[in-house]
Amino acid sequence: MTQVPISWFLTLSAVLFVLGVAGFIFRRSIITMFMSIELMLNAVNLTFITFSYELKQVDGHLFVFFVMVVAAAEAAVGLAIILDVFKNRKTLNIDEVDSMKN
Amino acid sequence: MDVTIFLIFAIIAVLAAINVVVQTHPIASAEFIAAAQVIVYAGAVMVLFVFVIMLLNAGAEARRGRSFMASLLGAPVLIALLALLAWFVERIYPESMGVHFGGFTGGSPQAIGRALFTTYLLPFEITSILVLIAILGAVVLALKEMD
Repeated sequence: MTQVPISWFLTLSAVLFVLGVAGFIFRRSIITMFMSIELMLNAVNLTFITFSYELKQVDGHLFVFFVMVVAAAEAAVGLAIILDVFKNRKTLNIDEVDSMKN
Repeated sequence: MDVTIFLIFAIIAVLAAINVVVQTHPIASAEFIAAAQVIVYAGAVMVLFVFVIMLLNAGAEARRGRSFMASLLGAPVLIALLALLAWFVERIYPESMGVHFGGFTGGSPQAIGRALFTTYLLPFEITSILVLIAILGAVVLALKEMD
C-alpha cells in the first residue's frame, strides 16, 4: 500500500482552512459563518496532528485537545447568542444585525 | 442529482466498510484524539447545530448586499492564500516521508493523560474554568427566553 506523504495532509489542512475563510467572508447566514469557524479550527487541528506525527511528540495532541474544548465552549455560547439574536430580530442575516454601526 | 448524491455517499460508505474489514491496524496513532473528535463533534457540537437550525427554521439566505470589494477581490485573494500555503508546504516538505499506520504510537490515552496532568496541568485547569464560564454564559443566555 502506497503511503500518503505528510505534505498532502498539510495541503488538505490548508484547503480546509481556506474553505472556512471563504465561508466566513462570503456567506451572510450567522449559522453558516459559525460552522466556517469550526471548519477553520478543525483544519488547524489536522495540522497539529500532522506535525505531532512528524515530530514524534505528543504535544500536538494536547493542543488539539485544548482547541476542541474551546470549540465546544464556543459552540455552546455562540449558539445561545444566535438564538437570542433570532428571537429579538427575527433574522439570521448578519447584515441586518448592525445596531452597533454608526 | 439525487441519484448522484446517493451514489457518492454509498461509495464512501462501502469503501469505509471495506477499510474497516481489511485494515490490520484499526487505529493509526491518534487514538485519544480520534475518539474525542468523534464524541465532541459528532456527539455534541453537531447535535447543537442541528437543534438550533431546526429551532430557527431558517430559510435560504438572502443574496444581496454584497460589497463591491468582496465580490471583486475575495476569490482571487483566497486562491492566492491557498497557493501561498501550498507553496510553503511543498517548499518545506519537498519529498516528505509517507505516513504509515503505527509510525507514532505516542497518542495513546496513557501518554496524553500523563502529559495533561504534568506538563500541561495549568492550561488544563484554566480550560476547566473556561468551560465553567461557558456553561454559566449559556445558562444565562437561555434563561432570558423563559421569563
